[in-house]
Amino acid sequence: MARTMWDSTVGKKTVMAVSGLIMLLYLVAHMIGNLKIYFGAGEFNHYAHWLRTVGEPFMHYEWTLWLIRVVLIVAVVAHATSAYQLSRRDIKARPSKYVHSRPRASYATRTMRWGGIILGLFLVWHLLDLSTGTVHSGGFQEGHPYQNVVDTFSTWYGDVIYIVAMLALGLHIRHGFWSAAQTLGVGSRARDRALKTIANVLALLLTAGFIAVPVGVMTGVVS
Amino acid sequence: MTEYVNYATGEPVTDSKAPSGPINERWDKRRFEAKLVNPANRRKHTVIVVGTGLAGGSAGATLAEQGYHVVQFCYQDSPRRAHSIAAQGGINAAKNYRNDGDSIHRLFYDTVKGGDFRARESNVHRLAQISVEIIDQCVAQGVPFAREYGGLLDTRSFGGVQVSRTFYARGQTGQQLLLGAYQALSRQIAAGNVEMHPRTEMLDLIVIDGRARGIVARDLVTGKVDTYFADAVVLASGGYGNVFYLSTNAMNSNATAIWRAHRRGAYFANPCFTQIHPTCIPRTGDHQSKLTLMSESLRNDGRIWVPRAKGDTRPPNRIPEDERDYYLERIYPSFGNLVPRDIASRAAKNVCDEGRGVGPGGQGVYLDFADAIRRMGRGAVEARYGNLFDMYQRITDEDPYEVPMRIYPAVHYTMGGLWVDYDLQTTVPGLFAIGEANFSDHGANRLGASALMQGLADGYFVLPATINDYLARNPHQDPVTAEHPVVREALAETEDRLNRLLSVDGDRTPDSFHREVGELMWEFCGMARTDAGLRKALERIPQIREEFWRRIKVPGTGEEFNQSLEKANRIVDYLELAELMCLDALHRDESCGGHFREESQTPDGEAARRDDAFGYAAAWEFTGTGAAPVLHKEDLVFEYVHPTQRSYA
Amino acid sequence: MKLTLRVWRQKNADAEGAMSTYEVDGISSDMSFLEMLDVLNEQLILAGEEPVAFDHDCREGICGACSLVINGDAHGPERTTTCQLHMRSFEDGDTIDIEPWRAAAFPVIKDLVVDRSAFDRIIQAGGYVTAPTGSAPEAHATPVPKADADFAFEHAECIGCGACVAACPNGAAMLFTSAKVNHLNVLPQGAPERETRVLDMVAQMDAEGFGGCTLTGECATACPKGIPLVSITNMNKEWLRATRKAGKR
Repeated sequence: MARTMWDSTVGKKTVMAVSGLIMLLYLVAHMIGNLKIYFGAGEFNHYAHWLRTVGEPFMHYEWTLWLIRVVLIVAVVAHATSAYQLSRRDIKARPSKYVHSRPRASYATRTMRWGGIILGLFLVWHLLDLSTGTVHSGGFQEGHPYQNVVDTFSTWYGDVIYIVAMLALGLHIRHGFWSAAQTLGVGSRARDRALKTIANVLALLLTAGFIAVPVGVMTGVVS
Repeated sequence: MTEYVNYATGEPVTDSKAPSGPINERWDKRRFEAKLVNPANRRKHTVIVVGTGLAGGSAGATLAEQGYHVVQFCYQDSPRRAHSIAAQGGINAAKNYRNDGDSIHRLFYDTVKGGDFRARESNVHRLAQISVEIIDQCVAQGVPFAREYGGLLDTRSFGGVQVSRTFYARGQTGQQLLLGAYQALSRQIAAGNVEMHPRTEMLDLIVIDGRARGIVARDLVTGKVDTYFADAVVLASGGYGNVFYLSTNAMNSNATAIWRAHRRGAYFANPCFTQIHPTCIPRTGDHQSKLTLMSESLRNDGRIWVPRAKGDTRPPNRIPEDERDYYLERIYPSFGNLVPRDIASRAAKNVCDEGRGVGPGGQGVYLDFADAIRRMGRGAVEARYGNLFDMYQRITDEDPYEVPMRIYPAVHYTMGGLWVDYDLQTTVPGLFAIGEANFSDHGANRLGASALMQGLADGYFVLPATINDYLARNPHQDPVTAEHPVVREALAETEDRLNRLLSVDGDRTPDSFHREVGELMWEFCGMARTDAGLRKALERIPQIREEFWRRIKVPGTGEEFNQSLEKANRIVDYLELAELMCLDALHRDESCGGHFREESQTPDGEAARRDDAFGYAAAWEFTGTGAAPVLHKEDLVFEYVHPTQRSYA
Repeated sequence: MKLTLRVWRQKNADAEGAMSTYEVDGISSDMSFLEMLDVLNEQLILAGEEPVAFDHDCREGICGACSLVINGDAHGPERTTTCQLHMRSFEDGDTIDIEPWRAAAFPVIKDLVVDRSAFDRIIQAGGYVTAPTGSAPEAHATPVPKADADFAFEHAECIGCGACVAACPNGAAMLFTSAKVNHLNVLPQGAPERETRVLDMVAQMDAEGFGGCTLTGECATACPKGIPLVSITNMNKEWLRATRKAGKR
């Protein structure tokens, strides 16, 4: 069954849909956590610490977090690999362009591909910036995420990178969520409108929620 | 011409396979008497099938299911595109689901009568019997026929029939039935039982020792002319209506396969029996390349009329009720707008000839739905005919919900074709003809929704039963190779003809010749024919033929995809077939069905049949291009349906 | 009207192609698009040039042979087949670009003619009901709910023209494949082969080199028969269902 999945274009799309939905679920939680920054360093840092101890005493320190990380890494790799393979296939399936090209509604495809690449690059920067601190501006302090976030969004390029990425994320979710529903076969004529609305609301909420953090820093509400 | 019309009358042709006895037992009897081929031996037999329409597609699939090795050809890029796909209305079957008095005998009776007593009783009865099985078969294949809310099949009444026996799939019945056959064929292609050659056109028949043993065909992509061999050849290449240039046939439908078979010895029967369909969209100008049919089902609810006065150019909505002539309802009060096709067509021609036609050139009559919309509401009309109305609007840019449609008759179907016996075998042993390509079941006029029935009956049920008998009786035929002198000669003849076409390098296009002969045929061998007109056409055709070989221009080469060459080569055959059609029409000095001779009519202008003199099928034997053919008569015997003058008044 | 046509000319499958420019005059608005091309071809033949090759047959919108991309749109600006497109959709003096379907799975044969046999092979892979002649039960033995029959019909309307592939930026054949899967899978007659049908047809579709679906909806917009995009969703559902069932066996 796994073989059938991976060998088929429809199967690979299923992999993309499922991995995308896992990441989407994670992002919702991530965004809610992020908003705690508005309640001060104490609450935010405490929340960050809790992430490492959640599940204790059954789980050891950071086990739950790592479990989530592993799931996410698998999801990202599966999502990106299928996307890459499918895109290569799509480009090969249409080797010559029309001489008379017209502005097509293929904007969805294009935003998915370019948006996906942007998000991938962002993810690398984001981890190096706030998880490992490798490219962090100013002194990265392990265990003090509040300060680290404020540092990042105190630079103009930190804000630009983050906001651009979050806009890309919004567009990606908007088509991706609806698209995943079609791939998983849950779309129908009757449900189409509802699905599109949910996709739009999710995209809007996540984009707004994530962007609220740099905006908070920039406006001085968070400092 | 004088030489050509002086045809000789040869020995009568008899149907040696027709069983005797009670008519409803004949098909069983024939199937029992027919020899069978041992299933293990079937794969050793190769059968060539030319064409993939309803008849060819269903025959190819069924023969392959039986275990024969089938080699099949179509000129289209896919077997799914055969012109059966364009049939709109429906398919008849004597299921009597409506409990409205239908029966196999009634379908048999209606078809013989509708064909104006020029069809063979045994064949027609078999067709009516098989009609019932066809519906079962198609439903099992997943053909999405229209259904009622209870989930059972819906039927409607259709063209000139008083029972509701026509099964349909909206206005696309032909498409759905063809796709069913195509899918069955596809299954056999995938299983390796059918070797399919799309984009390959049959250009000649190979006859060795008096038996059909193969064909010459051209790969339309590479241009390569090749030979293919078999133990039997089945022609399912459709009708020859395109000899008229403008018809409802597909642009590339052609007569080459059957005409080449005719030249190789197969008799051609009743070539003048062509059906002019009453409800087509009128032509708009000289650029017209084909005519589009509007399903006859429209006549169930639409009312046909013209203005009472000549030259009335007021828009239809401004012509008051009492200044309209609903001429079919007036002349034929009991059948009204539902009279058979030939009668409806001729009536339209008559009112237009009187100067009361409407639209550009006065070549049209109104088909009005205003009453139907008032009676059932626009929604109901839309549900029944929506797709036809859309099609009409797309072509004419007029809204038939608001203004009446304009319609005019057009060539639609050819009842004539290769002469076949009860087994559907032609006069060349081993050569079979099925579907529209043969002449068998419709007599001088085909009833609506009967073409699909006949194509599928031939392909699914009749041929697969009867071809066994031929193959069983000829189990060991010498293998044929490309080296055989007859094969080499056939191949060389075909290549010569193509090279000749390419080398003339004249100044006229293939289409210009096609149009010229088509217009000639429409004028003199169309809806009404006269002795003088036919003689004129017979004088003109050899002249066009001569001019053709002097002035034709075919660009490109033969070793490539060359659509001009394809066309030109088909016209070569039209120019001979047209001549035979005119001769047949000239010799048949009576009116019957689609063949109306002005000299032979009743005082009130109805067709007058002459059963004593012409109660036969005319099977013509080829003797050479431009040389007088030989007429062989097959006397038609009516034991069950006694010929009466048709009356639809 | 007078028009300028820019037409893709390509001698054969191996040759390089290019757009060539032609003028045609005296075009009536009642002509179909193909009749306009007939006029061009008559002109070309008399000028000693090779006419433009294009596929066409029934010219009434049902056989699915005609296949032109006109000004970047499969079958041109109206939602219909090229043969049912009329010149009244254009203006006097227009320049019209005419190209063949473009997809790796539809190689050009000549000029505007492409090879669509990949579609036939998708049907051969499972687009049928195994019902040998003579084996059928009485037609009324199995009633089919009208809604299912209508659903089947709506998908069975596909004419296999390939506009969906031509319009898709990925050259995908999902709409074509889904139309047949949905037609047969909803019917009781198609039920026994429901799983193998969708799995085999999708596998064949992939093997032919068609692209994957990114749900841009271009196919459904181009489809002259109005096969809806949700048809693809339905096929995905059928495919997942079949994969799960196959996994359990």
